[in-house]
Amino acid sequence: MHKVIIIGSGPAGYTAAIYAARANLTPLVFASSVEAGGDLMTTTDVENFPGFPSGIQGPELMLNMQQQAERFGADVRLEDVTSLELAEPVKKVHVGDTTYEAQTVIFATGSAYRKLGVTGEERLSGRGISWCATCDGFFFKDKHLVVVGGGDSAMEEATFLTKFAKEVTIVHRSENFRASAVMLERAKNNEKIDFITNATVTEVKGEDAVDAVELTDTVTGERKDFPVDGLFIAIGSDPRTHLVHGQLELTDEGTIAVDGRSSRTNLPGVFAAGDVIDPTYRQAVSAASSGMIAALDAQHYLEALED
Amino acid sequence: MKNVTTSTFDADVLQAEKPVLVDFWAEWCGPCRAVAPILEEIDTEQDGLEIVKVNVDENPDLAQQYQITSIPNMKVFSGGAVVKDIIGAKPKAALEADLAAYL
Repeated sequence: MHKVIIIGSGPAGYTAAIYAARANLTPLVFASSVEAGGDLMTTTDVENFPGFPSGIQGPELMLNMQQQAERFGADVRLEDVTSLELAEPVKKVHVGDTTYEAQTVIFATGSAYRKLGVTGEERLSGRGISWCATCDGFFFKDKHLVVVGGGDSAMEEATFLTKFAKEVTIVHRSENFRASAVMLERAKNNEKIDFITNATVTEVKGEDAVDAVELTDTVTGERKDFPVDGLFIAIGSDPRTHLVHGQLELTDEGTIAVDGRSSRTNLPGVFAAGDVIDPTYRQAVSAASSGMIAALDAQHYLEALED
Repeated sequence: MKNVTTSTFDADVLQAEKPVLVDFWAEWCGPCRAVAPILEEIDTEQDGLEIVKVNVDENPDLAQQYQITSIPNMKVFSGGAVVKDIIGAKPKAALEADLAAYL
């Protein structure tokens, strides 16, 4: 029987692991086989994580967090949790055919990239449509790309893609951007980047590869085809809750409901942290802080069980 | 896993007797590095499918010829033709399900 099982390996999962390990709870961390380290694994420069005045590469930051957790005794497994039984005092975590038991579970699975949900998207995914600029930018040398989105991720992807592309057009549904001022300014000052605002992508066109997107003006409703070689989608993400559907209460926003500022879910001994509980901020720093809260909450729960 | 290049692609992949999965990858691609050890495992655990890798950085002509625009991209070749196309890193069980016909 484990004291703490942590599911997820982004800043929330690893920070929870660091705190739980330092409390001698020897947490078992299911980091996932192909997504270990979470979203930051496909990010380049992270410039807003305190303590790194020159910035740090996303994968390096995540490897550091993993090593920091392991140094204090966290057991990090590159395996995928397939199902969960959380209602009873002994929690069951299924990983394929193997079952692990724990007194507490910290759920920190983060979020999954949001899709546009338009015609052509499924069919042309990986054929000109990408969610990972650092993976796929290389294949679009001297091409014209569209980046959809108005947040920091969209600005970062667009700026990164100008290393390869001859032109990058940012398409955003309004004139107001969620992106931080520094990221937005950097994109606006980049000669290779231009903007189309008040527009959404309503169809992706092409036979075997993307050759155009249909843009719909969000004010006038006018539609037009916009020729392009590739499309990078950065319109945010949705909390990844499929493993706990029917077990944990969710909010109207689809995140896991927690009690006030704590990480306590509706089930005793089950705690949630990071983007999966956060509809608002979703930063590496807030996820890390959230992971800390979950580890301390789990620790207090275990202490109360012993009394 | 064997490293295949532009000059060996014909002999190692197109003329191969049994099906060959080609993993198009690059050093700077995080998901490629994540899926590599899984492919390595599948390669050693069965005999039906040979698994090789092509570094797209070093072999851009192959990447272009097979219209690679997203990696990791895993293509199964049989009799010189692409018979299966898998895009994106997946857990082992999912890859084995996708490749069931060849394992």
